[in-house]
Amino acid sequence: MSPIKAELNDQLNIADPDGFYQELIDAQRGLDDDKQQLMNAKLIIILANQIGDRDILSAAIQLAEPK
Amino acid sequence: MLQTYDYPQYDYIQSPEQINGQAVRHPLVIVGGGPVGLTMALDCAQRGIKTILIDNNNTVSVGSRAVCYAKRPLEIWDRLACGERMSNKGVGWSKGKVFFKDDLAYQFDLLPETGHKMPAMINLQQYYLEQYLVDKCYENPLIELRWKHNLISLTQHDEHSDLKVETPDGIFSIEADWLIACDGANSKIRDMVKAEFTGHFFQDRFLIADVVMKADYPAERWFWFDPPFHRNQSVLLHKQSDNLWRIDFQLGWDADPEEEKKTENILPRIKAMLTDPNSKFGKNVEFELEWSSIYQFACRRVDNFRYGRVLFAGDSAHQVSPFGARGANTGVQDADNLAWKLALIIQGDAPIKLIDTYNEERAFAADDNLLNSTRSTDFITPKTKGSRYFRDAILELAEDTQFAKPFVNSGRLSVPTPYKKSSLNSADQADNLFDSDMTPGTNCTDAPIIMNGKDAWLLNQLGEGFRLLCFGDKPTADVSIGNITAKILHIGSDIIDQKGLLTERFDGQKGAVYLIRPDQHVAARWREFDLKKIQQAIKTATCNLG
Ligand SMILES: Cc1cc2nc3c(=O)[nH]c(=O)nc-3n(C[C@H](O)[C@H](O)[C@H](O)COP(=O)(O)OP(=O)(O)OC[C@H]3O[C@@H](n4cnc5c(N)ncnc54)[C@H](O)[C@@H]3O)c2cc1C
Repeated sequence: MSPIKAELNDQLNIADPDGFYQELIDAQRGLDDDKQQLMNAKLIIILANQIGDRDILSAAIQLAEPK
Repeated sequence: MLQTYDYPQYDYIQSPEQINGQAVRHPLVIVGGGPVGLTMALDCAQRGIKTILIDNNNTVSVGSRAVCYAKRPLEIWDRLACGERMSNKGVGWSKGKVFFKDDLAYQFDLLPETGHKMPAMINLQQYYLEQYLVDKCYENPLIELRWKHNLISLTQHDEHSDLKVETPDGIFSIEADWLIACDGANSKIRDMVKAEFTGHFFQDRFLIADVVMKADYPAERWFWFDPPFHRNQSVLLHKQSDNLWRIDFQLGWDADPEEEKKTENILPRIKAMLTDPNSKFGKNVEFELEWSSIYQFACRRVDNFRYGRVLFAGDSAHQVSPFGARGANTGVQDADNLAWKLALIIQGDAPIKLIDTYNEERAFAADDNLLNSTRSTDFITPKTKGSRYFRDAILELAEDTQFAKPFVNSGRLSVPTPYKKSSLNSADQADNLFDSDMTPGTNCTDAPIIMNGKDAWLLNQLGEGFRLLCFGDKPTADVSIGNITAKILHIGSDIIDQKGLLTERFDGQKGAVYLIRPDQHVAARWREFDLKKIQQAIKTATCNLG
């Protein structure tokens, strides 16, 4: 049997998607473009570290590529 | 002349063969008297090869280029009997601080393990280093240094090269069985043998300034991202010998090197850092500018370290950006790897294909170095807006969180690359378990020992030829294959491990036998002394398997 490779979660995993989305947008309201970008970058690093799993992170990077 | 240093002028001597007009065939010619060529000459001569070194100048490095030398090259220079002089003159350090804007983002301590002869890192001006190497070369009767000898052309034949060399007395010919190209990053020899040198240039420029100042900053590596005294760029500060300090200012790609070179443009940059009343870092520090230069950095390597009987080493083989202090440090390890192999081949004790393992092992190490310095450079000089945001994100996070600190990459300092998959290794066997990272292909770690009743160091006992480091019972006899002998170094009789560190570092408690190469790297290891296996491993490590 091949080792089970960690996979990206394809299903919704946040209890309250609308609420989360609003919190994200609100947090950046009033920030100029530069600050927003910096904040986004910080968020990515924080969340990536929280996930930790390199396979999942690679899969996420792939999935995020612009269409 | 510098305020703190007088450049030595070495004598140009016209060679007898130029006077006679009779080309002479030499076993080995090294082209280039930089840190790598000089180290190569010492190592080859120490292994019995008669060596001619030619250099187109007659002094040491003009201006201090390399500053930081790491433990492994210091150990190699110690094997060549000049490491102590360097570490005595150099400034030892192990701590570093990284600042982002006004604040401390991260600090590190290389935390050198105790019980090693050589320090983790020293700073020393490149001209001192070269001068000490030249002094050593002059002590060795097998080395002939030929200054003001400029190689202008090279023709390769099956078993030798014809060189045309220009001196103040004109042009003459030299023949060489082997030629080692240590002619630096702009190597002409690469072109002469049509070698490829590829990689990438970074679109950035740096101002390197050596400044004399009496300041009581600690001997630490200080690195700033986007400091108030040099907005949007990075700055690096290092202490060298003789109260000389190295400051690197990142200038960006738009900077005009001709303008930036001018003293009247350099001084304000240094003043903003050292004397401006608003500078958080230095106020009214008295300084004098000693030397400066503008650089653009690249990460490139030659496609093969061997072209017939021409071998590349040092910057001619690989050029790295200086973040991480890897250039000279890794070049010296090229010499360490090549000299013993060449000596065995010249003495007829190994087939010529042993030299291909020089490319195998050192190209592998070069790729590791290039990867590390490319990554550092990408962090220090982000290429896109997006990567700049990520860089700044990490720097901001590093101030407040533990996890972000290790992301901060202001240069990963040079450590040797183990030759993990080298064809010269005999791999550990499944019944051969060790709790020690001295795996085949790794350079031996040092340890304090007692020898003849006196304090001594393990590494000073290794490096002449092959060695068998034996823990447990003393084997009856050395092991030989043809003319190659691996002499036994028995722990308990030849050397005493009073502190127990040697046994611990090699996991020797239950008995162990290590086969050590002449470059102090582990070739194989076993739990027991097994003559057949040892002989086989020596053959493997010298390409003598047939
Ligand atoms: C600003 C800066 C900072 C650096 N900091 C560090 C550091 O901290 N640590 C570190 O390890 N490295 C550092 N380096 C890199 C280091 O200086 C080089 O890696 C090192 O000098 C390479 O040594 P080399 O002997 O291969 O070549 P070089 O030092 O370039 O020597 C080549 C020699 O060959 C001679 N030559 C060239 N062509 C010919 C010819 N045709 N005929 C005869 N002779 C010839 C030249 O005159 C020269 O003497 C730094 C480099 C720079 C620029």
